[in-house]
Amino acid sequence: MASTSAATADVTERAGSSRGGGRLYRGDLGMWSWVLHRITGVATFFFLFVHVLDTALVRVSPNAYDRAIELYKNPVVNLMEVGLVGAVLYHALNGVRVMLVDFWSKGTKYQRGMFWTIVGVWLVVMIPGAYFMLQRTITDLFGGN
Amino acid sequence: MALTTEQPLTIDKPRSSGRPAARRSNFELYSWLFMRLSGLLLVVLVLGHLLIMNILDDGVHRINFGFVAGRWASPFWQLWDLAMLWLAEIHGTNGLRTVINDYARKDATRFWLKMLLYTSMVLILAVGTFVIFTFDPNIGD
Ligand code: HEM
Repeated sequence: MASTSAATADVTERAGSSRGGGRLYRGDLGMWSWVLHRITGVATFFFLFVHVLDTALVRVSPNAYDRAIELYKNPVVNLMEVGLVGAVLYHALNGVRVMLVDFWSKGTKYQRGMFWTIVGVWLVVMIPGAYFMLQRTITDLFGGN
Repeated sequence: MALTTEQPLTIDKPRSSGRPAARRSNFELYSWLFMRLSGLLLVVLVLGHLLIMNILDDGVHRINFGFVAGRWASPFWQLWDLAMLWLAEIHGTNGLRTVINDYARKDATRFWLKMLLYTSMVLILAVGTFVIFTFDPNIGD
């Protein structure tokens, strides 16, 4: 696409940004933020499907529910939960950014800055968040008492 | 599809005469708006849910049947969970509808994927709503 000659289209090429003959659109920051938004949204949707069904076990018996929830306390699954929270948090923050781009008159001007802002917020929440989520698993695994 | 140099990379302006005005419904507009309104509510509902269930106070390790019973004893959390269930499920389903529209190449594939999607939505909404409304803390006795 980037090899299209400038005479036929008003598309500006970013100099030096296309290797490999420039046939593959490798995107700008906005494309990657969108790719991540889509992947995290779809992943969360599939998780929601499973999660409503496992919670439905409270209607079967306390025992059935407790056994299912035990699974969530498994160290590997616990780590996946950190991934899930991180994915949902990114999707939520980027969703707000998308809305600001859509509705705020200066949104498009600051979209790039807003992206780095949400990356910052994400780190500030996830670092202590991951610590709290994994604390118990780590002390259980590697002892102490 | 590879773009050849013969094709200009432009399309007509929205209201130019070369472009058919026919637009039978505003469904996509409402869907677009719904993604944003539900998203705004979900920020509070979902992030609040994750914070309480996964991060605060030993997170997932303190969850069991008794914990759920304690929360659903309050209409506030019942309503919270009900709103979250419906908004997230419809938001997610509508998002996946867009994804299917983007990637399914054949009409038949697109149709059946969407049928599967809508079936799963109805199932999840029905099961989830039923569980919230009929939860019985004494079911084990
Ligand atoms: C937590 C707050 C959330 C916010 C602020 C939010 C925001 C948004 C917005 C604004 C869009 C539209 C993007 C666009 O039109 O380009 C979107 C798309 C989407 N969302 Fe969410 N969302 C949230 C939660 C969720 C949840 C819980 C799920 C899963 C059940 C989900 C699944 C999706 C999917 C699958 C899409 C479509 C992605 C695409 O078309 O690329 N979202 N979200």
